[in-house]
Amino acid sequence: MKIVVASGKGGTGKSTLSANFSYVISGNRDVVLVDCDVEEPNLHLFFEEKGKESIVTLPIPVIDENKCDFCGKCGEFCQYGAITVLKDQVMVLQNLCHSCGGCLIVCPNDAISEVPKTIGVLWDAQIDSNLRLITGVLNEGEANGIEIIKTVKRLSESSPLVIYDSSPGTACPVIETVEGADFCILVTESTPFGLHDLKLAAEVVKKIGVPSGVVINRSDGSDNETEEFCRENDLEILLKIPFDREIAAIQNRGELFSVYYPDWQKQFTDLLDHIESLCGGNR
Amino acid sequence: MKICITSKGNSLDSPAERSFGRSPYFIIVDDETGEEKSIANENVDATGGVGPKSAQLLINNDVNVLITGQMGGNAQRAVEVSGIEVYQYKDGGSVREALNLYKEGNLEKIL
Repeated sequence: MKIVVASGKGGTGKSTLSANFSYVISGNRDVVLVDCDVEEPNLHLFFEEKGKESIVTLPIPVIDENKCDFCGKCGEFCQYGAITVLKDQVMVLQNLCHSCGGCLIVCPNDAISEVPKTIGVLWDAQIDSNLRLITGVLNEGEANGIEIIKTVKRLSESSPLVIYDSSPGTACPVIETVEGADFCILVTESTPFGLHDLKLAAEVVKKIGVPSGVVINRSDGSDNETEEFCRENDLEILLKIPFDREIAAIQNRGELFSVYYPDWQKQFTDLLDHIESLCGGNR
Repeated sequence: MKICITSKGNSLDSPAERSFGRSPYFIIVDDETGEEKSIANENVDATGGVGPKSAQLLINNDVNVLITGQMGGNAQRAVEVSGIEVYQYKDGGSVREALNLYKEGNLEKIL
């Protein structure tokens, strides 16, 4: 069972939900929590444990200028403008390369090979006997974190129950995180901004073909518009977390609010049961 | 010598374009033969890498001098190694005006 937590808008409470949800359900199940928000991972702050660090690399083309005849086919092929072919040299702009490997294939002179370039790290931490946290971290200045998301997803692939905490937005990192999941929880908030971006995110997730439901966080009790949108689009509202001073205070200390509230522990346990039943039983 | 001016349209009388990578047209003038040609930029709406791709277009057309308004970092790196000289024209005049200012030595060399 692979569940993604996404949102569209940033700051709606994806990490709060992911962390609390994972913590609670790890009470009697093995859970891997994966921080796919590789540009700004923050789940480790809840658990105060980063774990073992390893390097993530991307293959980048290098040109053997003894074999190259400067025909320009690699540069023509590259959709990202990463290769410029001059009369007597080939320039690779590493930051534009998407590591598709196409230039190697189109080169008629076998002049291109690949070398690894470090783009970030991953942290792998066993928080307690049932909860493992894997975090992807993209190095500052790197433009493309997709490979890191792929790597952390691969690491957790064989686990029976995985929670992926997505980055906000609806662009490539979110799509990479959502693809292949069994279910997507869309976290929104009681603001016009939350609703606006929920619409975008719901559309993307629908297009990818992953079933989804909505959690309204910091609900002020007047969520009519969000509820109407969900009704019209067959999106179930799975849970509402109220706009509550105590919850906010616990959260602001970097702690898990579910630790303090047995009632919320039950709500999160029920949430998992419900999602599993929506997805046709325990996978 | 071949001079390229970034342009909003396909002739010397079209307004000069400020941006390089996403310039709608590249007007290339050979000041020895007087030959002119305009090339429509296929990469106007591309998502990324437009600077180096446009630089590649200049290289493929044996351009020696580029006149444009501004250039991003990736385009600069590509143009820099190619040895193409870059002069800046940011005013709203035509391609012809920009070309004349260059010939009179009144444009600043930025690369």
